[in-house]
Amino acid sequence: MAKMNLLQAINNALITAMEENEKVMVFGEDVGHFGGVFRATSNLQEKFGKGRCFNTPLTEQGIIGFANGLAAQGSSPVAEIQFGDYIFPAFDQIVNETAKWRYRSGGQFSVGTLTIRTPYGGGIAGGHYHSQSPEAYFAHTPGMKIVIPRNPYQAKGLLLASIRDDNPVLFMEPKKLYRASVGEVPEDDYELPIGKAEVIKEGKDITLLAWGAQIEIIEKAAEMAEKDGVSAEIIDLRSILPWDADTVAESVMKTGRLLINHEAPLTGGFASEIAATIQERCFLYLEAPISRVCGLDTPYPLAHEKEYMPDHLKTYEAIKRTLQY
Amino acid sequence: MHDRNHLANVGMTHEVNVITNGLLDIPMLQMLAEDGTPHKEATLPELDEKTAKDILHAMQYVRVLDERMIGAQRQGRISFYLACTGEEAATTASAAALKPQDMIMSQYREQGALAYRGYTTEQFMNQMFSNEKDPNKGRQMPIHYGDKALNFMTISSPLGTQIPQASGYAYGQKMEGTDAVTICYFGEGAASEGDFHAGLNMAAVLNCPVIFFCRNNGYAISTPASEQFAGDGIASRGIGYGVKTIRVDGNDVMAVYAATQTAREIAVKEQCPVLIEAMTYRLAAHSTSDDPTGYRSREEEEKWRAKDPIARMKAWMTAQGWFDEEANAKVVEKMREDVLNELKRVEKVDVPVIDEIIEDVYDTPPWHLKAQLKELKEHISKYPEHYPKTSGRLNRG
Repeated sequence: MAKMNLLQAINNALITAMEENEKVMVFGEDVGHFGGVFRATSNLQEKFGKGRCFNTPLTEQGIIGFANGLAAQGSSPVAEIQFGDYIFPAFDQIVNETAKWRYRSGGQFSVGTLTIRTPYGGGIAGGHYHSQSPEAYFAHTPGMKIVIPRNPYQAKGLLLASIRDDNPVLFMEPKKLYRASVGEVPEDDYELPIGKAEVIKEGKDITLLAWGAQIEIIEKAAEMAEKDGVSAEIIDLRSILPWDADTVAESVMKTGRLLINHEAPLTGGFASEIAATIQERCFLYLEAPISRVCGLDTPYPLAHEKEYMPDHLKTYEAIKRTLQY
Repeated sequence: MHDRNHLANVGMTHEVNVITNGLLDIPMLQMLAEDGTPHKEATLPELDEKTAKDILHAMQYVRVLDERMIGAQRQGRISFYLACTGEEAATTASAAALKPQDMIMSQYREQGALAYRGYTTEQFMNQMFSNEKDPNKGRQMPIHYGDKALNFMTISSPLGTQIPQASGYAYGQKMEGTDAVTICYFGEGAASEGDFHAGLNMAAVLNCPVIFFCRNNGYAISTPASEQFAGDGIASRGIGYGVKTIRVDGNDVMAVYAATQTAREIAVKEQCPVLIEAMTYRLAAHSTSDDPTGYRSREEEEKWRAKDPIARMKAWMTAQGWFDEEANAKVVEKMREDVLNELKRVEKVDVPVIDEIIEDVYDTPPWHLKAQLKELKEHISKYPEHYPKTSGRLNRG
């Protein structure tokens, strides 16, 4: 075990994967000698050579197009998109190519070895274009897997699983936690399961569900509610697609209440999908409407970032409303 | 640390120099005149009789296939078709200059390359009828072929996406150190997509052994090349990206063969990309959903019909003593019969069973897809007459 922040855990996972499999190649804007703008790829070029860790020109559609071809050829590319906000030039390559490659060829060809890493989310004074959480766009794309870790331990285990998974994975990293989140991480190789949520804390009155950086927000809100005598169950969804409806439904059948929290805007956010599925599965168990505490339906603002965010206080208030319904 | 100094090759001037289009002369390589006679100055590539015949037959096969399948579409037997007429030399002779281990990533008008590699009539038909024998499992519109055994990547409709992909595929080939390159076909219209820029730039910067083969056929559906770009074709862009470039007469088998052979040699030896711009003409409509009379003249088409690549190749082969009109007529007649017979046979083959609708989305179907399939099958069994293609075989045939 070693103390690592989330960036160091990512870096450690990449080293582990590259040492184990020479087909793993890491590339993107500034990821080479410089080690990436956040330093997630520090020292990889020195360790593994320019052939396996390299800078690309500044073209997101090019990076993912290139990564698709490289994966189809049999390599295991780990492509970095510098900010989730800049993934959209690659939207066509991801949605029309990556996600459909295996299906359209009847399984003859696949880009299952591809992993796309990208930092996402707010809380760093990044304004419109360094703060977005675009997971829901990609959750609407059959063929993709979407994974989001909440701390360094989760980050290493889930990234290693994503790199080795035989399906294309969009691995979204909560950049607010890159240096802020520190924890014990095994130096050895390990994987955490994709498609499986984790019950972090058991409770009986309400289920609080989130992912990534919002986990610490719902934990904080749960602590506040606990003082009012509310026992909250906390779940980290971890995988957005495919998502673990069984674990969530089982929890909601026990608590009778569900609150979902995400940073992305409310309308069309992934909470909508979860709410629809859970009301279908748990209709007769629900004591109150499913509550969504999300970002506003505005572009991500700068000056009003604090007000925009679905923070612990908004979550606490929503817990009270749900319990008093 | 920095291998590339961005001022290293910049000269200096003390006058305002405006560089205009046309200062760089990019001539078109032609080896056979339109009547099939070799130009005196041209050094023809070595092409043996068998290869010459294989190329000719692949070109003729594609023309037969195109005629028949356009007919089949008109009769409502298939939903869509897209012909290669007029561009047979560009797509066939380029493939002939490659090795079987080279990957082909095409747009959608390159059935010549596929036919040359040995895709059978049955395989063409299985794909076009999207039946259960199609290895692509009937999931895409006709002409979206793909065959792992022939190193022919499954086609996708979005234009230009295969260009950066080919760079990545070639990078993987380079890392493996095998004697293999990737060829990437596209039209001059697709070269307007951002993916073209991304793909060429990445291949140049990352030294990928890929041949970018542009079929400049004059039209993107109805939009003429003159409304597609203002520069000197696509070739001039290759120079801008630092990509070695050849412009070639796309209706001249010998020139296309020589250009692609040279491109392959450079790509392998120097581990770098090469761009070929083949000047040709889409004699066909864009697709069966298109009618060219709305945007171009019969005179223009006639002018290009006179440059027919098949006739030119026949003329050259006749001069070699390799072409016999009567024997060839039999070969072509056999192709026609073959296409017609397979068409009749294959159109009766069933579509894939419904279970396959959820396969290959992921390596194994996750819970939600299994649940959706179960629900779908229950629904189909309730209204079997409404879903006749699958209701009879709900339990895997």
